[in-house]
Amino acid sequence: MSSRDKILSAVKSNQPSRVPIAEINITVADDEDLKSKYLRILESIGGKGQIVDSCDEIQKILSADFDPSSRKIAVGRSWPGFAESFSAAIDPHQLENVEVAIIEAHFAVAENAAVWVTEDRMGFRALPFICQHLVVIIPEQHIVATMHDAYQFIGHREYNFATFIAGPSKTADIEQSLVLGAHGPISMRAFLLRQE
Amino acid sequence: MIAGLFVPCYIDQFYPEVAINTLQLLEKLGCQVKFPMNQTCCGQPMANSGFAHLAKKCDDLFIENFAGLDYIVCPSGSCTLHIKEHLHSKTDEATATNLRKVVYELTEFLTDVLKIGHLPAEFNHKVSLHQSCHGLRGLMLSQMSELMASPFSKPTQLLKMVKGIELVDLDRPDECCGFGGTFCVTEEAVSVKMGKDRVMDHLHHHTEVITGVDMSCLMHMEGILKRMKSPVKVKHIAEILNHQY
Amino acid sequence: MVNHADLSEKFNVDEPRVNWHDETLWWVRQKRDRAAKQIPEWEELRSVASSIKDNVLSNLSEYLAEFEKNAKQNGVHVHWAADADEHNQIVLEIIQSHGIKSIVKSKSMLTEECHLNPFLIKNNIEVVDTDLGERIVQLAEEPPSHIVLPCIHWKKEEIGDLFHKHLGTPAGNADPIFLTRAARAHLRKYFLSAKLAMTGVNFAIASTGEFVVCTNEGNADMGAHLADVHIACMGLEKIIPERKHLGVFLRLLARSATGQPITSYSSHFRKPAEGQEMHIVIVDNGRSRQLGRLDFRNSLKCIRCAACFNTCPVYRRSGGHSYHTAIAGPIGSILAPNLDMRNYADLPFASTLCGSCSNVCPVKIDIHQQLYKWRQVLVEEGYVTKEKSVAMKTMSSVLSNPSKYRLAGRLGRWILRNAPFLAKNRWNLWFKHREMPEAPKNSFREWYLENKVNKK
Repeated sequence: MSSRDKILSAVKSNQPSRVPIAEINITVADDEDLKSKYLRILESIGGKGQIVDSCDEIQKILSADFDPSSRKIAVGRSWPGFAESFSAAIDPHQLENVEVAIIEAHFAVAENAAVWVTEDRMGFRALPFICQHLVVIIPEQHIVATMHDAYQFIGHREYNFATFIAGPSKTADIEQSLVLGAHGPISMRAFLLRQE
Repeated sequence: MIAGLFVPCYIDQFYPEVAINTLQLLEKLGCQVKFPMNQTCCGQPMANSGFAHLAKKCDDLFIENFAGLDYIVCPSGSCTLHIKEHLHSKTDEATATNLRKVVYELTEFLTDVLKIGHLPAEFNHKVSLHQSCHGLRGLMLSQMSELMASPFSKPTQLLKMVKGIELVDLDRPDECCGFGGTFCVTEEAVSVKMGKDRVMDHLHHHTEVITGVDMSCLMHMEGILKRMKSPVKVKHIAEILNHQY
Repeated sequence: MVNHADLSEKFNVDEPRVNWHDETLWWVRQKRDRAAKQIPEWEELRSVASSIKDNVLSNLSEYLAEFEKNAKQNGVHVHWAADADEHNQIVLEIIQSHGIKSIVKSKSMLTEECHLNPFLIKNNIEVVDTDLGERIVQLAEEPPSHIVLPCIHWKKEEIGDLFHKHLGTPAGNADPIFLTRAARAHLRKYFLSAKLAMTGVNFAIASTGEFVVCTNEGNADMGAHLADVHIACMGLEKIIPERKHLGVFLRLLARSATGQPITSYSSHFRKPAEGQEMHIVIVDNGRSRQLGRLDFRNSLKCIRCAACFNTCPVYRRSGGHSYHTAIAGPIGSILAPNLDMRNYADLPFASTLCGSCSNVCPVKIDIHQQLYKWRQVLVEEGYVTKEKSVAMKTMSSVLSNPSKYRLAGRLGRWILRNAPFLAKNRWNLWFKHREMPEAPKNSFREWYLENKVNKK
């Protein structure tokens, strides 16, 4: 018998009799405006966020923050003269010198400030992790309250790879001192974009 | 109503005043108390060491002593919990089941059965409460700090009825003192360190008397206090609730 | 044979260090409390999580088969390992079939449990652990002491010295930001050159065949997305039925572990990237046996948050290595005896049964009750010393017999009053650091006879 069959038969003979699956009926008090909650939690986990009216406004803010000569790469809408557009021809290993990556998330979660990004919004899977600074744009009305709502939003949608990103990469492995920027981005900036 | 007084073995032998105060307190509050003379030990030392099968004779003896009483009251959360969780009988499981239901730790008996609203007690000292784990997490005498739920505390509720008492809060309100039954010798180093840390929390808050519902935890902390030559005393909660000048 | 009591006695030789270790972990417990307090429905979430896991355990073989089918459809290679050796062999074969000599690995307690690193090194494969804490203990040639905070027992000055020796950082620099940046630069080289990356698995979804890996550092993603081959190893209990159940577990996991609302990254791997190869190794290693133990099967609900470590008053004062097993702490003490009763017979006794572990557990495992039950099993199976058995039998014969009990009590009190040296000596472990209680002349029973019975 293969290990597979041995394991499955051992599990089958040892598993208890069938217990029905619990319904997830958790009521959540929504006492705070989702946008302000999202921004408050994001700040608490080391990110920065604000509401903006346009991409021009985003570009202005980023121009002030980052050296014009630094490499910026964007997935989704194009940023002529400001950031190069993602191209499938690049080898992900050549993303090492990307200073800023600009990506667009499907939605954000207020309770933990995570944003949901699927592979098609990343260009390469490695991009949101290998860049030094991550910028994420979220349509302002696309904020859900909790992770329960988040998975309702995701539903049965197809993706090959997707991730929740909550703030910059971080570690507290050295004496519980929080350090932003472990192996992934050192900073994460979110823009809640008002719909034109 | 007749309440059987269940006196843990180490209280019987080393802290008789705790049982005396418990008895007097119950009588003062109008209970008719019976002390079954042939009781020994609930069997917990064996059971917690993995030898539950050696505690069966203790179970039988317990049933023999306490069968037929309306309530069983014990000045120890730990021994009460042991009976509540583990008392069984090969020959008379119905009686065992009933005894598991009617056994009460002293403070819960006062708040839940007698439902007392005031006490004729006075104790003019700074007092801090050690929450013994089995009373706390097993009998739920107080709300546990790990749970996200409204706070309450049966022992505190009673201590607040005592005239002149000043209750002192701790940094870690319900951390274990490290007594743990045979743990106190089989894991001597950690047990003592836990005890020292617990005692220091009380001392930092300038307490004069450490109280609690379990004399075993207090005995362990007393041993440490005395070795430190600290003037701080330990007193079982019955000694305070029954105290009058 | 090593045991918890001896190892923790050694740990306690340096008392200020024990204080530091205790306070550091208590701080994590407090962060967990604060995070949980933000969620009014916290206790309800724990109940739901626990009951989802009840369903999982009762339906595990079906969910595993469903997961396998879906993962294969997604183009993922699925392997099954009955034990640690088979797991290690499968991993080695994948590595060797690609002619690879060096790999990166993000945190996986399963690979620690299987002792994968020493096995690969013996087979001339270089393994670089990429979680900062794991890299630190790896450089120090030690196992992790905590499943979430692997080097929580290390002081920053010691890490500074370690990095000076291995990474060439300036001597004496112990600044956490500086040291983290140094590790970032050091590990980037490996991320960019590794052809194969290993990760653990936090959750595997039966209905979609995808798996979720949670990290704060981004190291699992850096490794997996830049390598040609990704191997993810999972214990077979990691299955959950559907995506929506992640909503429950991801709300609980990081809050319980570190007090964060969620980890920085919760990555959902469903299909390999174009040109990439993805493997999943599903490991039993005693889990199916534990599933058959009625009293202990709930231990398989564990999501490895380590909240029980941080709250455990014993763990905080004995350190992770005192448990001499890959998964330390209260949960480790109920998992380890299933793997090897003889070696781990000490662990269920390394607890006061205070019950704090069960209260913080996000999936409501009755940890302290299982510790009690393991004690009974270990005694029954003969894994306690003869001395202890004899002592317990004697104790039981005295405590269950009223006249013997009274006699022993009188004798004991007489000794303490009249010949205290018989009790207050170096053979008495109680007396080593604690005074004996004052022995009264009369027991309560004697008082009762005199004052209540005879007076009537």
